[in-house]
Amino acid sequence: MIRVLTPLPVLLPLLGAAAALLVGGRHPRVQRTLSVLVLAAVLAVSVALLLLADADGAAAVSVGGWPVPLGIVLVVDRLSALMLVVAATVALGVLVFAVGQGAADGDEETPISIFHPTFLVLIAGVANAFLAGDLFNLYVGFEILLTASYVLLTLGGSAPRIRAGITYIVVSLLSSLLFLAAIGLVYAATGTVNMAQLAGRLAELPDGTQLLLQSMLLIAFCIKAAVFPLSAWLPDSYPTAPAPVTAVFAGLLTKVGVYAVIRTQTLLFPGGALDQVLMWAALATMVVGILGAVAQTDIRRILSFTLVSHIGYMVFGIALASSAGLAGAIFYVVHHIAIQTTLFLVAGLVERQGGSTGVDRLGGLATASPLLAILYFVPAMNLAGIPPFSGFIGKLGLLEAGVADGGWLPLVLVAGGALTSLLTLLAISRVWSRAFWRPPAQSPADDTSEAAAADAGPDLSPGPEPTPGQQQEAAGEPEPAVTAGDGRADARRAAWERHTAVATATSPVTDGLGEEAERERPLRPLPRVMVGSTAVMVAVTVGLTALAGPLYGVAQRAADDLLDRTPYVSTVFGGEEVP
Amino acid sequence: MTPTIVLPVIIGGLYAAGVYLLLDRSLTRVLLGFLLLGNATNLLLLSAGGPPGLAPILGYAEPDEMSDPLPQALILTAIVITFGIAAFLLAIIYRSWRLVRQEVIEVDEEDRRVARRSDTDADDIDPDDLAPEDRPAMHADTFAADGDSDGDIERKLAARYAGIPSDDVDLPPTQGSRR
Repeated sequence: MIRVLTPLPVLLPLLGAAAALLVGGRHPRVQRTLSVLVLAAVLAVSVALLLLADADGAAAVSVGGWPVPLGIVLVVDRLSALMLVVAATVALGVLVFAVGQGAADGDEETPISIFHPTFLVLIAGVANAFLAGDLFNLYVGFEILLTASYVLLTLGGSAPRIRAGITYIVVSLLSSLLFLAAIGLVYAATGTVNMAQLAGRLAELPDGTQLLLQSMLLIAFCIKAAVFPLSAWLPDSYPTAPAPVTAVFAGLLTKVGVYAVIRTQTLLFPGGALDQVLMWAALATMVVGILGAVAQTDIRRILSFTLVSHIGYMVFGIALASSAGLAGAIFYVVHHIAIQTTLFLVAGLVERQGGSTGVDRLGGLATASPLLAILYFVPAMNLAGIPPFSGFIGKLGLLEAGVADGGWLPLVLVAGGALTSLLTLLAISRVWSRAFWRPPAQSPADDTSEAAAADAGPDLSPGPEPTPGQQQEAAGEPEPAVTAGDGRADARRAAWERHTAVATATSPVTDGLGEEAERERPLRPLPRVMVGSTAVMVAVTVGLTALAGPLYGVAQRAADDLLDRTPYVSTVFGGEEVP
Repeated sequence: MTPTIVLPVIIGGLYAAGVYLLLDRSLTRVLLGFLLLGNATNLLLLSAGGPPGLAPILGYAEPDEMSDPLPQALILTAIVITFGIAAFLLAIIYRSWRLVRQEVIEVDEEDRRVARRSDTDADDIDPDDLAPEDRPAMHADTFAADGDSDGDIERKLAARYAGIPSDDVDLPPTQGSRR
C-alpha cells in the first residue's frame, strides 16, 4: 500500500500541471478546480503516508524497477512524511487564497494560466526533494522547485520583481552549482550517490575528505535555508512577489534547505564535525535576523527578517545532535512552515485592506476590520512564542534540549534564543500597535491623492492633476512642490508641511466633519475566499497547538529514527547486505 | 594508470573565469559566467567517473573495458537543467533591458533608505515625508500612472537613462544623484 502511494506526491502535481497547462487560458475555472483537486489529493496521500510510516516504519520504492544502488529510490520515513503533510497543507491553503485573489482582481495582475501549472510544479519539486533517496535526485528536486520559483517570483515582469528576481536567481544558481560539484566529488570519493549506501561508505573516507564534502554540502544547503552569512538574498527578494507566492516561498523553500541539512547531519555525516560551526551560525542567524526585523518598517520585510531569524532555532536543534534537539527542530520546522505562510497571507490581506504594507502608512485597521485584526494577532503571538501556542512549545523544547546538553555554547544559544523571542515580540507588536491599534486620524494614509501625485515622480508626470481632495486641502497648506526641476529640500519641506497639516488638523473648521468623512478610505470588503482560506490557515496553526502532543510524539520518533540511521538504510536495501 | 593533468587545469580555469564573470554587474556576463561554471561542473562530474574507457553499451564493449556510465547520465541531466535556466535568464535579461534600458543589476532603494536613516528614529519615517526619489522602490508604481501604454513608459525610461551605455559596469545612477 505505502509503496503504491509513495510516488504519488511527485506524480500527481506534475500530471496536474500538464493538465492545467492544457486547459488554461480557455477554461480558467476548470484549471482552478483541477489544481485545487490535485493538491487536495496530494494532501490526502501525504496524510495516509504519514499514518502508514508512523505505524509500520519507513518504506522505499525503486522507480522503474532498477536494483537498489543503481536506480532512483524514493524513501518515505517519518520525517519526510511529516514534511509532506505540512507542505501539502500550506500549499492547498495558499492555492485557495490565490484563487480568491485572482477572482477578486479579475485576473489582471497574475497571468493565471501560468500561475497554476507553475505552482503545481513547485509542489512536485518540494515533494521530490522530501522523498529523494539519493543525492542526485535531491538535486533534481531542488532544481524543479527552484525553476518554478524563478517563474513565480518574476510573475508579471514588473521592474521591482525583475530586480529582486535576478538577485534570487543568481544566488540560487550558485548554490545549485556548489551542490552539483559536491555530488561530483562525493561520487569520485565513494562511487555512489545513493544516500543509504553513502551512509556506510562516507565513514571509511579520511577525515579531511569527509570534512570537505560535508562543508560543501552544508554551504549549498545553508544558502537555500538562509542561514546567517548566506541569508542576505532572502529579505531582498521575497517581499516583492505577489502575496500568495511570498507566502508559499516563505513557508516551504527555506524549509527544504533545512530538511536537507537534517539529512546531511544525521544520515551522511553523523560524526558531528561541524556542530560547533553550526551553533555559531545559528546564534548569528537568530540575532542578526531579528535585529534586521526590528529595523524595518514594512510588514513584508519584517516578516522576511523574522523568517531568517527563526531558521536559527532549527539549525540550533540540528547542531545539538541530540534526540531532544532534533525532535525540537522537527517540531519547530512544522510549526514555522504553517505560521510563516499564514502571516504572509495576512500581510497580503492587510495590503488589500490598507492599500500598503508600510507600517507607517497604515492605521486603524483594528476598527476598520476586526476580523483581520484577529487573523493577524493570533499567528503573530504564536510566532513570538507566547504560551500556550505551538511556537512556545517548540521554543521550549529547543531551549530545554540546549540546557540539557550542558555545554557553555548551547547555554549561550539558549540565551540568544530567548532574546530573539523577545525581540520578535517587539517587532510584531510594533506592527500591531501602529497598523492596527492606533486611531486612523493619526495615520497619514488619507492624503493619498497628493501622495500618488508625488509618487509619479517629478520628471515622469506632467504635474499633479488637481483632485477634489487636494483642492479641499489647498487652503490650509502650500501647493505641493512636485513640479519638474524642484530640489529635494523643497519636496521634503512640502511633504513635512503636508504631514503637519494633516497631523494637527489645520484645515478650516467648517470642513472638519466633511473631511473626517472624506478621510475614511472607501473600504472594499475583503474577498471572502481570501479571508476564508487565511482563517483556515490560522485555524491550522491553532490546531498545531491542540495537536502538539501527538505531533511532538511523531517528531520525537522521527528524531530517534534519524539518530539510529539503521531504519533508513535497512529500508532502502530491504534487509539485504549493504554492498 | 597515470592521472591526467589536463582535465583539472581546464576545470580550474573554467571555475576561475566563471566566478569572475558571475561577480559582474552586467547580466549578460553573469549569464556567461553561469554557463562557464556549469561546464566546469560537468567536467568535474566527468572526471569523477574515473579512467576513460569504451562506450558503455552492451555488445559493443566488455564490462571491464567500459567507462562509468553513471556520471554521464548525471551530466546529461545537468546539461538539460543548465540549458533551461540559461533560456530563462536570457528572457529575464531581455525583460530587464526593455524595462530600464540597461541590463545591470539595480541598487535596492529600500536598502539605501534604511541605510540613510541613521539619524532618525525608525518609527518616525513616513514614506510620504520623503522626497519622491527617497521612497522605497515598491512604495508606489515607480514608473507611471495607470493607463500609460508600454510605448509611453519605454519612451520615458529611455529619456531617464539617456546617455548611459547599457553595459556600464559602474554603479547605475539612482534618481537621487541625477538632477
